[in-house]
Amino acid sequence: MTHQPVLSFTERGIYCGAGDFYIDPWRPVDRALITHGHADHARPGHGRYLATHTALPIMKHRLGNIDVQGTAYGEVTQIGDALVSFHPAGHVPGSAQIKVAVDGEVWVASGDYKIEDDGLSEAFEPQQCHHFITESTFGLPIFRWKPQKQVADELNTWWRTCAEAGKTAFLGAYSLGKAQRLLRMLEGEIGPILTHGAIEGSNKVMRQQGIELPDTALLTKDTDPKQHRRALVLAPPSALGSTWAKRFGPAESAFASGWMQLRGIRRRRAGDRGFVISDHADWPGLLSTIKETGAENIYVTHGYTDIFARYLGENGWNAKVVPTEFGSDDDEAETAAAS
Amino acid sequence: MKNFAHLFSAIDQSTKTTVKTAALAAYFKTAPEPDRIWTIALFSGRRPKRAVTTTRLREWAAEEAGIPLWLFEESYPIVGDLAETIALVLPETETSGDESLSDWIIGLRALAKLEEPQRKAYVLDAWQRLGGTERFVFNKLITGGFRVGISQKLMTRALAQATGKPEAELAHRLMGDWQPDEVTWNGLIEADDPAADASRPYPFYLAYALEGSPNALGDPTDWRAEWKWDGIRGQLILREGAYFVWSRGEELMTDRFPELARAMDFLPMGTVLDGELLVWQRDEDLPASFNALQKRIGRKTVPKKLLTDAPVVLHAYDLLEWQGEDLRDKPFAERRHLLEKACANLPAEAPVKLSPQLDFATWEALTGQRAEARAAHAEGIMLKRADSPYRVGRKKGDWWKWKLDPLTIDAVMIYAQAGHGRRANLFTDFTFAVWNGNDLVPFTKAYSGLTDAEFREITAWVRKNTQQRFGPVRQVTPHHVFEIAFEGIQSSPRHKSGVALRFPRMSRWRQDKPLQEANTLDDLKEMLRLYG
Ligand SMILES: [Zn+2]
Ligand SMILES: [Zn+2]
Repeated sequence: MTHQPVLSFTERGIYCGAGDFYIDPWRPVDRALITHGHADHARPGHGRYLATHTALPIMKHRLGNIDVQGTAYGEVTQIGDALVSFHPAGHVPGSAQIKVAVDGEVWVASGDYKIEDDGLSEAFEPQQCHHFITESTFGLPIFRWKPQKQVADELNTWWRTCAEAGKTAFLGAYSLGKAQRLLRMLEGEIGPILTHGAIEGSNKVMRQQGIELPDTALLTKDTDPKQHRRALVLAPPSALGSTWAKRFGPAESAFASGWMQLRGIRRRRAGDRGFVISDHADWPGLLSTIKETGAENIYVTHGYTDIFARYLGENGWNAKVVPTEFGSDDDEAETAAAS
Repeated sequence: MKNFAHLFSAIDQSTKTTVKTAALAAYFKTAPEPDRIWTIALFSGRRPKRAVTTTRLREWAAEEAGIPLWLFEESYPIVGDLAETIALVLPETETSGDESLSDWIIGLRALAKLEEPQRKAYVLDAWQRLGGTERFVFNKLITGGFRVGISQKLMTRALAQATGKPEAELAHRLMGDWQPDEVTWNGLIEADDPAADASRPYPFYLAYALEGSPNALGDPTDWRAEWKWDGIRGQLILREGAYFVWSRGEELMTDRFPELARAMDFLPMGTVLDGELLVWQRDEDLPASFNALQKRIGRKTVPKKLLTDAPVVLHAYDLLEWQGEDLRDKPFAERRHLLEKACANLPAEAPVKLSPQLDFATWEALTGQRAEARAAHAEGIMLKRADSPYRVGRKKGDWWKWKLDPLTIDAVMIYAQAGHGRRANLFTDFTFAVWNGNDLVPFTKAYSGLTDAEFREITAWVRKNTQQRFGPVRQVTPHHVFEIAFEGIQSSPRHKSGVALRFPRMSRWRQDKPLQEANTLDDLKEMLRLYG
């Protein structure tokens, strides 16, 4: 039997012929399997959606009235001739690697993933497969993350120092995933936490689905800075330094992202401080995952694709770069390029 | 080195000069004296002689990190800094060394006398023991260049806070080619120094840019006009048998301009001149291009050949002190009159020239003269109110700079390269071409002038329209036309197009303009003929 590859890379996205569906397609299709709710993976306009139960509320919140079905982690669904299951990717709550098996040949499309258990997202579980599609947002040996606990200590020390100096601490982070992860890292006894509307929107959705988050107060134009001494304000990076921020008087600003690893970007983007914390795998994480999958064929998307694929090729994998249109408005892939 | 690494982080993390100054001042109060001296030296561009080549450093770092050299080389342009790339690829360690900053510097100096295996052992030991910022700082001690935004002014202010001495005096103390290991803190900073008073400059008065026409300034007879030169603003001080040269950034630059010493042969002590430092082409009686001047400011000591090839002359346009008297409150017209008298009999070999005034009766007439500025190698006109005092800092109203509009050409983007450091991951460095028949001939690079939003947009476009890669450079589909603005054009046999531009930047993204309508090589040659 000559066979078509289980997954192929088309101009609409990753396609499975045996099941006639797409994974994270970037142009409208009839049936879309979605790894997670970030804008560059879950796009509007598809006929039917399939994602994990945990990912659904955020997708509905962002995409409105869509035809969407939920699945549990590990549950196997048959679509056409393909057996499909979703497995934790550790990236944000509800994020999944999508495993597709046809006639015993197993492919895994990992979407975005990280290895460290952040205590918020379902912890990453490596999947055995023959073909593995990996991201490479931080696919260079200069990217290595410190344990979350250590970054949390740095973050809380900074906040405490700000509070004691009578300054408001402004922390920039992406509204979906990163912001809630940071909320869980903050020590509530230092002071009150105020959140920008974009972040509070995601908070509300997650609280409703039973994800526990510390108390936050929504920041509005009527918020009186004097009522919130020692506060930390959590806001999307684009909102830092805007006019409402100035009302708070003496302040320090910081930014939390994997890109803060680079001094140049830190100096350009970070205001007073940069905290290195990412929801993507670092260099050791990418390599250990690829080893654990046991896959011989690796498809590299999203990030430093050429360099990472060349390195894998030299180390015995059959590695290819596959073109995607992810990254144009991704959570973190975009960060380095953003102003 | 922990406290120096700490200082470095504090300075590096902040964009606020007050924070940087306070961190430096605190360090100057507490650090061991030899470390203080080395800190002043490092932050003002002096560094220990390079003990290890960067080639070896790269090889050793790749080896220690367990990665192939090519992967190290690919990572380097993304980080944009060699010392940082090395610090990032090496295995993490949380330890720190007991050695002080000066201990490390002494250790690195001793490497010069050792064989390579011992040098390598020394460097690897440091890499294994030093974690985080200390490792980065150690690498910087080898590769050089602590560019952390510490101007001499900030340095002297911090020293002033730490010692209680006046800033101008400290600036004077830091001038010259003192060696960090030959001076003491007391000798350099604390001991009495009567010469410092004599060197003290006056704060500069700075002009605002004039947008649009000067008609709004009122009666032209209230105003005086001069060429606006494209040089370095400077103050020449002649006092107590010595001369001092200060830049507008209030940096003491006396050593860089030894030829100005001869001003003392022609002008009396107790004179302070404000003017423009220019490399002067005596045969043509015109200033040389800014490039020639740049060669001079780059060096702390000037070789003889450069002194004869690129002699610097101060074009004086204001007299701030005469016969020891501060003239700044007198009207400009009166200061100018005294300046003309003082400069009346200067011979051709004097390193000071009077910057001429332009005669004009109407704004229209002056507009006509401004159009001729390029022929005089000037970049526009300065307007000064005749009855104005010499003010402090940038104040609106009495002095205006009325610059020429830049030259422009519409060009096609053909190559793109990612920026370094701050702009890693954004395509910001582009090569532009003009048409020559059906060929596109590259003629300039440019990497500024777009907004961040435009850089993001073009970055996304480059990713999707790369035709070929040459290392970090991507050849892109010829499609986008940009207006390139520049300040001057010169012939250059080194370039394929035969021209070189001064200050090229992207002034507009001509999304309205079809590819075929970009300018041609002939257009560029015509500009060279007119303005070169
Ligand atoms: Zn994502
Ligand atoms: Zn993504």
